[in-house]
Amino acid sequence: MARYFLRRLAAAIPTLFVIITLTFFLIRLAPGGPFDEERSVPPEIMANLRAAYGLDQPILGQYARYLAALAHGDFGPSFRYKDFTVTELIAQGFPVTLTLGTIALTLALALGIPIGTFAALRHDSGWDTAAMSLAIVGVAIPSFVVLPFLGLLFGVHLHWLPVAGWEPASIRHLVLPVTALTLPPLAYVARLTRASMLEVLASAFVRTAIAKGLPLSTVIVRHALRPALVPVAGYLAPAVASIMTGSLVVESIAGLPGVGRYLVQGALNRDYTLVLGMVILYSALLIGMGLLVDLLYAWLDPRVRFER
Amino acid sequence: MKSALASETWRRLRANPAAFTALVVLAALLGMALIGPWISPYRAEALDWSQVAANPGAGHWFGTDRLGRDLFVRTLEGARVSMTVGLIAGSVSFSVGLCYGAVAGYIGGRTDEVMMRLVEILGGLPLIFFVIFLTVVFGRNELVLFVSIGAVGWLTMARIVRGQTLSIRRQEFIEAAVASGAGTARIIFRHVVPNVLGLVIVYATLTVPQIMLFESFLSFLGLGIQEPRASLGTLIAEGVGEMEAAPWMLLAPGVFLTLLLMSLNVFGDGLRDALDPKEHR
Repeated sequence: MARYFLRRLAAAIPTLFVIITLTFFLIRLAPGGPFDEERSVPPEIMANLRAAYGLDQPILGQYARYLAALAHGDFGPSFRYKDFTVTELIAQGFPVTLTLGTIALTLALALGIPIGTFAALRHDSGWDTAAMSLAIVGVAIPSFVVLPFLGLLFGVHLHWLPVAGWEPASIRHLVLPVTALTLPPLAYVARLTRASMLEVLASAFVRTAIAKGLPLSTVIVRHALRPALVPVAGYLAPAVASIMTGSLVVESIAGLPGVGRYLVQGALNRDYTLVLGMVILYSALLIGMGLLVDLLYAWLDPRVRFER
Repeated sequence: MKSALASETWRRLRANPAAFTALVVLAALLGMALIGPWISPYRAEALDWSQVAANPGAGHWFGTDRLGRDLFVRTLEGARVSMTVGLIAGSVSFSVGLCYGAVAGYIGGRTDEVMMRLVEILGGLPLIFFVIFLTVVFGRNELVLFVSIGAVGWLTMARIVRGQTLSIRRQEFIEAAVASGAGTARIIFRHVVPNVLGLVIVYATLTVPQIMLFESFLSFLGLGIQEPRASLGTLIAEGVGEMEAAPWMLLAPGVFLTLLLMSLNVFGDGLRDALDPKEHR
C-alpha cells in the first residue's frame, strides 16, 4: 500500500506541472499587464519596472526562472501588493480560509451522515421528507444568496450576530459565513448517505445481522455504516472544491481576510505570481484530498486492493 | 411506444406532488419573466433620479435601485438573461457530452480508455479557475461565458452517455446495423444516440440549474454579464452592497433565483424518479 501511495504521489507531480504551465501561459495571454494602472509613469520608469520583475525577458526564460524558483519553494514577489511576496500573502490569509473550510467540511460530515442515516431508517416518513426537502434547499441555493439572507435576518433585523467583519478568535464572526459554506456540502452528504444507506439496509448481510438478534444501533454502526459511506468518501474531493469556490464569495461578502479574494483580484489585476501561487495552493489541496479519498476507500471497503 | 412512455412519465410526475408543484412554480416564473417586463410601464435601463432606492409599493412593485431603475423589470430581465444562459450553455454541454460519451462508449477499447481518462483528469482539475482565466483572457463577453460554462458542464454528461452506450452496444439492433454495412459514424448518430436520449434529457434538466448557478456565481464576482445588462447574479451582488439600507434590492433577485433553482432541481429530481425509478430513491 505504501508503494501505491508513493506512486500516486509521484503521479500528482506531472498533473500539478500541467496545471502550472497552463495557468502561466493563459494568464500571460490576457491583454494588459500588472502595471497598467500606473499610467502617469514615464515610459523609462515603466521599462525599469518591467525589467525589475523580469518581464522584459523572453517568456520562455521567465517560465524557466519561475519553475526554478518554485522548485526552491519561492513563489516570487507579488506584482500588486508591493513589498509582499506571494508566500507572505498566502501565509497571512490562508489560516483564515483553512479554519473556515475545515469547520465547514467537518460540520457537513458530522451532521450530514447522521441526518442521511436517520432519513434512510425512517424511509418514506415525514422525517425523511423533511430532511430531504432541507437537503434540496441546501443543494439549490448558492452560498452567495444564503449568506446575505442570513445576514439580513440575524444581523440587520435581529442584531444577534455581526453581518460582516473579522476579529481574531471571535466565534461570533464565523457563525454566518461557516453556515453558508456548510449548507451545500451538508445537503449533498445527507442525500448521498441516505441513498446508499437505503441500498445497504436492503442487502442480505444487514438482514442476517438483524435476524441473529443484534440491536439495530449495532447493525447500523458496526455493519451498515462502513459500506454506506463509500459514495460519501468519493464526494470528499468535490466537497473541498465546492467549499473553496464558496469561500471565494463568502469571504468577500463577510469581509474575512482569507486568501479567496486573491484569486479573482489577482487574475483581474494581472498579478501573475499571486494567481499562480493561488492555483498551486488550491490544486495541491485538491490533489491531496484525492489521495486521501483513495486511502479512505481501502479502509471502508476491504475489497479494494491497491494493485499494479 | 414513445408516446406511451411519455404518458406514463407524465402520470408518475403528476402523482409526485413536490415535482408537480415545482413544475407549476417553474411555469409561473417563466411566465413572469416572459410577460412581466412587457406589462410594466418601466424600462430596465431607464433612470429616475426622483425615485432613488424607493421602497416597494404601488408605483414600483419591487422598489428601485440606487439609480432609480425599476427593480421589478430589472429582476425579470435579469431572470431572462440567466435563463437564456442556462438554456444555451446547457445545450452546448449537452451536445458535446452526448457526442463524446457516445463515441467513447461505442468505439471502446483503447480509444475509450484515453477519452475517459481525459474526462477524469479534467474533472479533477479546479475548473472554476480556468473559467475565471478564460473570462479574463478573452474579455468579458457573453460568448466566452457560454463557451466556458458549457466546457465545464459536459463532463458528467459524457460519463452518463458512455455508461448508457456501453449497455446498448451489444444489443441486436446494433449488430443488425453493423451487419447491414452501416459505418461507425452512422451507427453512433442514427442508432446509439437516439436510444440513449431519453435518460440523458433527464440529466440535462438537472444540468440547467447547475449552469444557472454557475453563471450567477460568475456574474456575482463581476466576471459574467456586464452593465448595463444584468443577470440575477449581478443584481444580487448589487443588492448585497445595499442590504442594510435597501434590503429589497437583495431580496427581489435573491428570492427569484432561489425559487428558480429550487423548482428546477425538484422538477429534475421528479422527472428522474418518474423515468428511472431504480436509479434514485
